[in-house]
This record gives sequence, structure tokens and C-alpha cells, in this order.
Amino acid sequence: MTTATAEPRPTTTDTPLLRLRGIRKSFGPVDVLKGVDLDVRAGKVTALVGDNGAGKSTLIKGIAGIHAFDDGDYEFEGKAVSVSSPRDSNALGIEIVYQDLALCDNLDVVHNMFLGREVRKGRTLDESAMELRARETLDGLNVRTLQSVRTPVASLSGGQRQTVAIARAVLWNSKVVILDEPTAALGVAQTEQVLKLVRRLAEKGLGVVLISHNLNDVFQVADDIAVLFHGQMVAQVGTGEVSSNQVVTLITTGTAGEPEEGSR
Amino acid sequence: MSSTTTRPPAGGPREPSGDTSTEAPPAVEAGSLGDAFRDWVTRVRGGEVGVLPAMLGLVVLFAVFATLRPDTFLTPYNMANLVLQASGVVVLAMGLVFVLLLGEIDLSAGFAGGTAACVLGIVMTRQGMPWPISVAACLLAGAVIGTAIGLLVSRLGIPSFVVTLAFFLALQGVMLILIGEGGTIPYRNDAVLALMNSNMPVWLGWALTVAAIAFFVISTGRRRQLRRSSGLKAEPALLWILKSVVLAVVLLGFTLLMSIERAINPNIASLKGMPWVVLLLGLLAVGLTFLLTRTAWGRHVYAVGGNAEAARRAGINVARVRLSGFIMCSTLAAIAGIVLASRTNSVSPTTGGSDTLLYAVGAAVIGGTSLFGGKGRVVDAIIGGLVVAVIINGLILMNQSAGRQYMVTGIVLLVAASVDAISRKRAASSGRV
Repeated sequence: MTTATAEPRPTTTDTPLLRLRGIRKSFGPVDVLKGVDLDVRAGKVTALVGDNGAGKSTLIKGIAGIHAFDDGDYEFEGKAVSVSSPRDSNALGIEIVYQDLALCDNLDVVHNMFLGREVRKGRTLDESAMELRARETLDGLNVRTLQSVRTPVASLSGGQRQTVAIARAVLWNSKVVILDEPTAALGVAQTEQVLKLVRRLAEKGLGVVLISHNLNDVFQVADDIAVLFHGQMVAQVGTGEVSSNQVVTLITTGTAGEPEEGSR
Repeated sequence: MSSTTTRPPAGGPREPSGDTSTEAPPAVEAGSLGDAFRDWVTRVRGGEVGVLPAMLGLVVLFAVFATLRPDTFLTPYNMANLVLQASGVVVLAMGLVFVLLLGEIDLSAGFAGGTAACVLGIVMTRQGMPWPISVAACLLAGAVIGTAIGLLVSRLGIPSFVVTLAFFLALQGVMLILIGEGGTIPYRNDAVLALMNSNMPVWLGWALTVAAIAFFVISTGRRRQLRRSSGLKAEPALLWILKSVVLAVVLLGFTLLMSIERAINPNIASLKGMPWVVLLLGLLAVGLTFLLTRTAWGRHVYAVGGNAEAARRAGINVARVRLSGFIMCSTLAAIAGIVLASRTNSVSPTTGGSDTLLYAVGAAVIGGTSLFGGKGRVVDAIIGGLVVAVIINGLILMNQSAGRQYMVTGIVLLVAASVDAISRKRAASSGRV
């Protein structure tokens, strides 16, 4: 299953995993987010698109707790929560894969996946347990491109590095994974690989947020498209309901001119 | 599919789309030597040449000097001397490995050691305190210096080069003031002097050597067993045996050499047995390697050196790791200070000074520790320290001038740094296709 999810209109019948309502955030006099709504549902890929400066980064940083939102409702699994530090979001099961991946080149795949959250046996590291779990996670994602989990990340290709970063995000029984431009620096074949991985995350029941500038990618994997324009969510619609052109218009002008019932 | 090899889920076709990956991982046998070699090649490609070039260099140097000076170089007397010459630099280099791993530098380590040695002299010789208390005070002095440097670097964000340059100058002054007019502070305690001036009984040397070999064989063997029993690829048996045999031959050979009478006139004073400092070096090597490779703290040191931002996002307290690295370095420098002062029976304003620090940095880099951070091991300090000591020792035996010694050491350091830089470049070009 890739694109053919033309469901009737996935209005929130089941409670979304992550639900934002009326989110506001400003830095000094600049209002970056002006009342944003967003739903992230389990087992679905929600693409977050928007032009540069639309507020995508601010939105995900707020979700991650790197800086708290000024105003608005942040609900996770139907309950209002307050997220003010990355630790809070991690505790909820929200993981972010940043564009620059944040991997340590000098460490191997296992070390990177468990960085900062090493499994210990007494006071020492439990390497076997970590390696087994890393393997398990990668196998669970059907990742077959990694020769050995003991290779230093420095010797991996861009796609493999992305895979490691994503695998790290799902290692912790996370429920929502936010991917910031995961395919931006990749070639065609590797992009394909990563997109399949993204799809697989959703199939495993995770809520996936995909930030991308590439509408081909978005239409290929996303179930939902959320369009951010000048700090406002101008639409969150099913992928099957819009055309690529409409999305482009939404991104650039904030309106579609079409009957689209955004989540406003 | 790989049939005889042992990577459970990999090795298969480089097909991105897995359909069903549920072939149960084949029962894991130890990998073959060929596998291990391939892994090693990948690691070298990834920029990790490790200690091998330095080890090769050491073997070459030994061979060269042993042929050029057959009568004097490989003698028990000279080998014992070599160890004593190297040990101060080796301990200092061990400390520097920690800051180099973080991508920092500590130019003041030499004089931090000297200052700590002054503290030891003052407490022990001038105040007449027992040596264990004096040594504790010495280590504390090192830790305090490290804390000060670490706080300035990690909290204030001053580059470590500048902070430690300032400490390099200031500690030199502190030493002059502490030592005072006399010019030296003598050490008179037998225990402290024994470190560099006495040898352990011959039987103890053998016992410790056998214990060390047994420790290596058993601990690595157990790790292999553990990995295999949890279904992971273990080091090939042949490689394990090979490593054990090489280590055993080197250690036993050295012990044999140290057990031969090496006094010129044994009737006056017998001179045989392992120098005590070897025990100190061995304990430090094992303990520090354990810290770096088996604890979360050690892992975090590598992480901060590799990518501080990634470490920060992974929830690692980067400032604290940096601070602890500098404390580690200065504390080990204090131990190096004791070693250096014990060799000369006193502390002088040049203890830890002149070229000691530069040799120590050189030793770590020659051993394979990267100046760019994130790469390095404790053994690097030992191998690199030995390389430096062998060059100086051998050239002296060949009656070469100090000028030549410096030049050769400089060239070797340059070669080592080039190996590091080239391997980094290769890593950058082989990765991120």
C-alpha cells in the first residue's frame, strides 16, 4: 500500500494520537504560529508541508518540547499534557529524527542507537543486549541494507545513516515519529528505500509526521497532508482528496480556491 | 545468501524492499578470519586505523636498532632503562587521550604533573606526612587543576588551547614559588622512590605476567562465549588465539629479559626483576581501558568527541563529560608527575617541563589517537610512548646528537598525524555516498 488510501475523509473518528489545537508561538514581536491545529493518527503518515518560514520547524520543536508553545491545547492520546522539555516528549513516546540526523560518526550503529540511553548491567554496558535489540529493531523494520551493526556510522551511506536514525527513533517503543526532511540529501534509490521505511513505520501502528518539500514523496507515502502557511494550518486533508497542484497553491497562497474543508 | 558466514539478517541481497525477513538467524558460529579481516578493512575505511601502524612502527624501530646496535640495544639493562624513560610520558599521554578524545587539548598537563609532584614533595618531605596521604594530596592537586581547567572550558566556553596555555604559564610560576630558593624538593620516602628505582622480586614479575596473560585470555574468552551464547557474531577463534599468543610472547619475553641480572657488577648490587612502575602502567592501562570501553561515561566521552551536538540531543550532559575529561587528564598528569619526580629523586622547576608534554601529545597521536576528537584508546599512549622512547634511546646509543633526536621524533609525529588526517579524509569520501 502506498498511495491508494483514498478513504472517505478521515475526520477524527478515532481520537488522534497527537492533537494540537490553537497552537500559538511567537518570538518577541514575530508571531510564528498563529493558532495551528494538527492531528497525528496512529498508523498514518501525516505530511507536514509549507514554504520556508511557514513555521514547520517551530511547530515540531514545540512538539518536541525544545521550546514550549505560548498557547493552545497539546493532547496526547486524548489527554491534555504539558511538554516543556525534550525529556517530556520522549517520555510520551514522541521521537524526532532531525535533518542532520545527529549521529556520532565515530561510533558504530549499536552505539548510536543507544546513545544516551545505554543498557547497563550493573555499572558496565550490556553490549550483547544492546546489539540484540538493535538487530531486532532493524529486522522489525525489514532493514536489510546494513551489513553489520558494528560498523562505524562514518562508513555508511546517506540512506543507511537515515535508516539508523529512524531505527533509533523507534527503538524506544515510541508512538509518534517526526521525520524532518528525511530524503532531502538522498539519491533516487535511497529515497525510495527511506520512503518504504516510513510507510513501514505507519504499518507498525506508529503515528508518523513527515516534513518534506518534495511533493512526490508526500503523495507517495502520506495519508494526510497538513499545509502550513504563514503560521496557520490552512488545510489538513486526505492525500486522495487533493491534487499536487492544489497543494502547491495551498503552500504558496494559503488558499486552494477549491472546496476543501480544512481542519479550521 | 551467505551460507558459511555468520551475519544473521544482513549479507543478503542489497534489496531495499524487504518482503519478509523472517528467516531465523542461523546458529551463530564464530566468524572466520576472513570476516574479521573484512570488518577490519571496513573500519579502516571508516577512518579507524587504530594502533596497528604504530605497532608496526615499533617493531620496525626495534628491528632497526637491534641490528645497528646489537650489543647495546636489546640488552636487559637498556630495555629496563627504556621502560623507565618511557613511563612518565606514557602516563601523561594516557591522561591526554581523554582530552584528545573530547577534541580538546591540555598544554598544561606537564606542569600540572610537576605542580602535583611539588605538592607531594611538600606534604611528604617538608611536612613529614606518611606517603599514602601525600600521594592522595598530590592526586587531589591534579584533580583541582583539572576541575579549574574543565570549568573554564565547559562552562565559560574558552577554547581549551587558550585556557591550558594560560595554565601552562601560571603553573610553571606556581612551581617556582612552591619549590622556592632551594631549587629542588627532594623525595626521601622509599615507597615513592621504589616506583622508578627498584625492581620487584623476579618471581613476582613472573607471577604478575602469568596473571596478566590469564586475565586477557579469560576475559576475552568469556566475552566471546557470552556473545556466542546470545547469538551474536563473536571474534573468530583463530584471531583470539593469535592475539593471546602474541601478547603472551611479548609479555613473557619482556619478563624473561627483566629477570636476567643486568648490573655491571652484580657483587656490589644485584639488578634484576621487573621495575615496579610496570605494575603501575599495567593497572592504569587495564583500569582506564575498562572506563573508556565498558562504561556509559566512556561511551559518552567518545560521543562528545565525535559529535557534541548529537550527544547533547541524545540527552548527554556534554559540559559534565568535558569537565570530567579534564579532571581525568590532570589527575593522571599528577601520577605522571610522581613517576617523573621519583626517577630524579626530587622535584625541580623543570619536572614535567621542557619537552615532556610535547612528547606525551606526540605519543598519543603516534599511537593512533586523533587530534580531531572521538578516536583513540589507552593503549595508544603506551605504544606511542614506547615509540618516542625507543627513538630517543636508540639514537642516543648511536651517539646521535640531541638535534637529530628532535628531528627524527618530529618527523615520526608528522607521519602519525598524516596517517590520522588521511584516514579521516578517506572516511569522509567512503561514507555518505
